[in-house]
Amino acid sequence: MLSRDIVIIGAGPAGLAASIEAGKAGADVLVADLNMKPGGQLFKQIHKFFGSSEHHSGTRGTDIGIRLLKEAENAGVEIWLRSAVIGIFPGNKVAIRKDLGDGKTELITLLAKKIIMATGASENVVRFKGWTSPGVMGAGAAQTMVNVNHVKPGKKIVMVGSGNVGLIVSYQLMQAGCEVVAVVEAAPGIGGYAVHAAKICRAGVPIYTKHTVVEAVTDEDGCVKEVVIAEVDGKFNPVAGTEKRLEADTVTIAAGLKPVVELPRLLNCDFSYHGLFGGWIPLHNKNMETSVAGIYVAGDSTGVEEANTALEEGRIAGIAAAESLGLIPADRADARKKEIWGRLESLRMGPFGEKRLKGKEAILKEYKERIGLPSVR
Amino acid sequence: MNMRMENHVVIDLKRDAAIVEISVDGQKVKACEGEPILAALLASGIKINRYTMKKHEPRGLFCGIGQCTDCAMIVNGQPNVRTCITPVQAGMVIQTQDGLTKGG
Amino acid sequence: MSLIQAGYLEYEELAEVQTLPDRERYAQGPVAVIECVQEIPCNPCEAACKSSAIRIGEPITNLPVLAADKCTGCGVCVAKCPGLAIFIVNKTYSDTTASVAFPFEYFPVPEEGDAVKAVNRKGNVVCDAVVRRVMNPKGFDHTPVVTVEIPKELADEVRGIQRGQKG
Repeated sequence: MLSRDIVIIGAGPAGLAASIEAGKAGADVLVADLNMKPGGQLFKQIHKFFGSSEHHSGTRGTDIGIRLLKEAENAGVEIWLRSAVIGIFPGNKVAIRKDLGDGKTELITLLAKKIIMATGASENVVRFKGWTSPGVMGAGAAQTMVNVNHVKPGKKIVMVGSGNVGLIVSYQLMQAGCEVVAVVEAAPGIGGYAVHAAKICRAGVPIYTKHTVVEAVTDEDGCVKEVVIAEVDGKFNPVAGTEKRLEADTVTIAAGLKPVVELPRLLNCDFSYHGLFGGWIPLHNKNMETSVAGIYVAGDSTGVEEANTALEEGRIAGIAAAESLGLIPADRADARKKEIWGRLESLRMGPFGEKRLKGKEAILKEYKERIGLPSVR
Repeated sequence: MNMRMENHVVIDLKRDAAIVEISVDGQKVKACEGEPILAALLASGIKINRYTMKKHEPRGLFCGIGQCTDCAMIVNGQPNVRTCITPVQAGMVIQTQDGLTKGG
Repeated sequence: MSLIQAGYLEYEELAEVQTLPDRERYAQGPVAVIECVQEIPCNPCEAACKSSAIRIGEPITNLPVLAADKCTGCGVCVAKCPGLAIFIVNKTYSDTTASVAFPFEYFPVPEEGDAVKAVNRKGNVVCDAVVRRVMNPKGFDHTPVVTVEIPKELADEVRGIQRGQKG
């Protein structure tokens, strides 16, 4: 059977950062990813990132992606694309359905000494009449279309949700040449950062707070041609008589993300529910190790945050996994992990971040109390 | 209809991929080699990828990252292919999928 | 209207949360107006300023503070701010006009001499304007900085131009 020191699932920011740290330490690393290209969602982030200027901030996500891929290459990391991990079996046997091109696939089982799961997140939906019609899609899907595939998903767009994703994608759809007709937000206030909202306002796009989509009206083919929105009451129910009809061919839904956690579920990792981080997440300790010894998690799959926090968590997982293989001396690994935890703390400060800082501290505490030490299963 | 972006201040739209021809329900459609099939179709204004089995409702791009299967089509005779994560190759024969499979 | 309902602050409201240039500083020529109003983890503006006129320090969620006396109004921070929240306002452009510089990442980017419609923070057209300068060097990383000339009394209002127009 093939074997690797470390198998990483997901070539997004967390998985790549983990692979770079582990690869640099001398580990034999394989990254498996379902997608056609590595980088996860980084290559659709064409905006300049927030964060500390010492660590990529002010740099566009796409350029961070290019830099990470180069670093991974230099660290000797092997990446398998269009390769889905379809199961992990006792004894760390990882089953990968590898794409061979021309519609052919091969099932490969691989023995991994350590596994890092960085499987990211998926978009939540909002249901309304017509929500399954062509023209209604996730905001992330629309973002992929314009920023990665350079194809406009529609001409006139209604964005549902005013969190950072809703605001950033609205801006990027306009940069791509689409018209954003309105941003609709059910809550009484705008969810995302004020600087993102201000860009949308300057572009003349109305942001309707306390509003929801009632219906996506379709044409004879069943595709969206009009969007009905209405005010909502305190219980988020539409108020009759307040409907507005907007001409639009596309509705993009930015209603938050939830961690993708099928693989840690398969492994019986201990979970905990954290609404703040998008739902059920595998508990982890300060090494990003789950309740199962040798199985690590990082990035959005362990609580939805941002690319820069995913990167730092990935680094910690990569260092910890390499350390456990004896590839990095404990004192050096500890110093590096401490430094990165410090950076994570500064990314989780301020009125928006401190809830996440406390939430992550609660996760670590819960791990200590419920699990203590990871066990071999 | 051409939905391809023509200009962008941030993104370099220089296209180095070969322009190839694919067939979609018998119609010839131009596509960039290697782009997701779904993107090539959207670029030509094709929004419907499949119809549901029971109610015969149309479905199109929804998640764009291979998770929801709304964009599944019949590609070179093989049904249930997620077109958002399957790259275009010259000469591909694509069919709108009706129900789970079509003769498959 | 509060920030989280409207999405932006008017100039007067801004003054309550940000250190804005005072009347004397405006009288001396171009100066940065930082419209960053929430404590988010971000500090590239601090490193971008060659005159050390912007201070954030630790933690990086601190709001940037402008030392207006050190600011030369060069505009480098305008392109570097990931939030596109910094503007250069020159209330001494002429006897009757001011200039406002802002980041502009939409196609088409206007050219010097173009007649455009200036918009306020809400995106409403408030006056005609003439594009006086477009800076887009490599270091700005695809964030062009556009300067428009506008009536002096609108210097605190104008923060952009209507998109999709040329000449």
